[in-house]
Amino acid sequence: MNAPSEKPRVADEIGVPDHIQYMHPVLKKNLGNWDWHDRPRPGVLHHVSKSGDEIWTVRAGTQRQMDVFTIRKLCDIGDKYAEGHVRFTTRSNIEFMVSEEAKVEPLIEALGEAGFPVGGTGASISMISHTQGWLHCDIPGTDASGVVKSMMDMLHEEFINERMPNRLRITTSCCQINCGGQGDIAINVQYTKPPKINHDLVANVCERPAVVARCPVAAIRPAMVDGKPSLEVDEKKCVCCGACYPPCPPMQINGEESTKIAVWVGGKHSNARSKPTFHKLAVANLPNNPPHWPEVADVVRRIVTAYKENAKHWERMGEWIDRIGWTKFFELTDLAFTKHHLDTWTGARKTMNMSAHIHF
Amino acid sequence: MKDSDSTEGRAKEASQHPTPMLDELEGGPWPSFVTGLKRLRDAKGEQYAPMMNDLLGQLEHSYEKKLGFWKGGTVSVFGYGGGIIPRFSEVAEQFPESKEFHTLRVMPPPGYHYTTDVLRKLADIWERHGSGLIAFHGQSGDIMFQGCSTEATQHAFDELNELGFDLGGAGPALRTAMSCVGQARCEQSCFNEAKAHRRIINAFLDEMHRPSLPYKFKFKFSGCGNDCVNAIHRADFAVIGTWRDDIKINQEKVKEHVAKVGRKYTIDTVVSMCPTRAISLHDDNTMEIDNASCVRCMHCINVMTKALSPGDDKGVSIMIGGKRALKVGDLMGTMVIPFMKLETEEDFEKLEEFAETCIEFFADNALEHERIGETIDRIGLPAFLEAVGVEPDPNMVNHPRTSCYVRTDDFDDEAAKWFERKARDAGMTVAGD
Repeated sequence: MNAPSEKPRVADEIGVPDHIQYMHPVLKKNLGNWDWHDRPRPGVLHHVSKSGDEIWTVRAGTQRQMDVFTIRKLCDIGDKYAEGHVRFTTRSNIEFMVSEEAKVEPLIEALGEAGFPVGGTGASISMISHTQGWLHCDIPGTDASGVVKSMMDMLHEEFINERMPNRLRITTSCCQINCGGQGDIAINVQYTKPPKINHDLVANVCERPAVVARCPVAAIRPAMVDGKPSLEVDEKKCVCCGACYPPCPPMQINGEESTKIAVWVGGKHSNARSKPTFHKLAVANLPNNPPHWPEVADVVRRIVTAYKENAKHWERMGEWIDRIGWTKFFELTDLAFTKHHLDTWTGARKTMNMSAHIHF
Repeated sequence: MKDSDSTEGRAKEASQHPTPMLDELEGGPWPSFVTGLKRLRDAKGEQYAPMMNDLLGQLEHSYEKKLGFWKGGTVSVFGYGGGIIPRFSEVAEQFPESKEFHTLRVMPPPGYHYTTDVLRKLADIWERHGSGLIAFHGQSGDIMFQGCSTEATQHAFDELNELGFDLGGAGPALRTAMSCVGQARCEQSCFNEAKAHRRIINAFLDEMHRPSLPYKFKFKFSGCGNDCVNAIHRADFAVIGTWRDDIKINQEKVKEHVAKVGRKYTIDTVVSMCPTRAISLHDDNTMEIDNASCVRCMHCINVMTKALSPGDDKGVSIMIGGKRALKVGDLMGTMVIPFMKLETEEDFEKLEEFAETCIEFFADNALEHERIGETIDRIGLPAFLEAVGVEPDPNMVNHPRTSCYVRTDDFDDEAAKWFERKARDAGMTVAGD
């Protein structure tokens, strides 16, 4: 294959490909000229251009990690029931665009028959944005794909309907780096023990000064252990964040029992109504329990139910909690409020209640 | 997938790893990634089938042990220093066929538009050289071609590249960008997101393909304040569409909306939810908006999609410094350029110049493994603004400083600059111009 005499091909540094070549002709024609949209039913968007052109979009959930057979099945549906053009949303839903309303129902039927749920629009729970997990990541505490499959099986009815107060966006992350991002509900790995160090490997594998510099609480220092240059962790200072593990794999942060899941609430990307917010801790120390993560599912279900039953239309999770207060949130979800909910990081004081405003 | 697609119940081949825990993830209404992995394992005669059998074996092993078993390394394609995520198995003795399982990060078209034809071609390439497993899309915004041997990496890249695709970012480098569907299908779009996306990333490709920055640097482009690609939270350089004239109101459509959903519901969900109390509903069910108070949050436009729309004098805001926890804690991008037009070629050149200034500032001033938001926190926003040539603006703050610990002996000079800028903005000539 790669014989030494073979000249390597020089890459064509194309960069970001031109999207226009792949775009549905109606979208191409009406670029920047759209007038309004509505949603005829859950999972369907209807956009109308100032030119009078119309386009219907049918949105369906996918498993994100797709085998080529799934991709070809989606393409077959796109060719037979849509018009050969698709796009993906940032939450890995696929969208089929059709220029005639009559094509919508047969398309929805075909997707249903093939096992792709149609929904994820408006006031629904869309697909969970998530990370790689045990399938592919080098530092994962859990398997995001498995967590997501379990949660979406449970929340399927809320994906195919629009009966939440507003959209509810969930994210899952396999470590505290939180590549899954902020969410109305975030299901994230939370480490609970300091790293276990394999001192035989540190000197050869890790760039020690870089690892020392990586620690957010200055808990790591160089040390000679059993005559070998290594690193040691001040376990009283350590906040178990796992930041040392990527640059130094011999500092194993994961443990079969010590890697836990925390659930966070009230993150919001949009600027609509309130400014964007970060998610806040709801509960920590849930077991990392594959293949169905039932303890996590139970907490998520309680939070979703409380939000669904109590929030006003258009209130996002965080806005709802702002209105009713955290006292009520913990009561409605039957979760504990502990000292660990009091922030201790830089800027923590600004998260405290500097007023006489209280909720009963 | 439906049950008919499940591999459960099929005769297991002798060498096939049992996967009792993963099998549990094949039921239920949501499409199953496990069923997909098994389809690849069971694809008779395909080069990737043995690899996917061992991959399933290793994944089941992870589910049993609750640990991951991949380590990084160094794999690249000719001429590039990044874009491949190397993965070597730590349990290759048990699962030798998937001992190398690298990912190619490939930049998608802005807005994630595809034809079925090009998707099939991408699948065919990955069937020839990779595992047959592709994620649309990873959290980085890339198409993730997951699972490739070291030897096949170059071949896979060559074919993807010939099809018109290029590698994305990884490591301390310019990263793959994201942009919303925007102008292509959204009436709320305030600029040409895809054009800005391509223009910026393609101008600085060298910073992506040959990583040499202190740490990652991400751009994201959202057409309005709804920020569908999460730019403010996740991008070092967030470009958000906005407008500076009045919201457009179609009073007939306002009346239709009120007639349809009711007056109380309109007041509860539109008037009362305006964050700056800028909306009134008149007794005749027409709407008045105090545009000087409006912050372009998008809420009323989201609710009344037919009656309200962004103004005509559109442009973008730029927010700098968003990132997640590592190392100093979460930061959102903060407002640095409240408004710039982005229509003419000259406007796009200005955006590119400002992006270059920011990247250069980052390259020259950030510490190793420091994001630009952290650098700004370390040196203070005034020093950053001076470095990138931007004047302070009240839109940059929630409120002016509350701390008195600041030396203000040049306050009058700074105030004079403010009044000169105001005079220039008003079209007046300033002494010394």
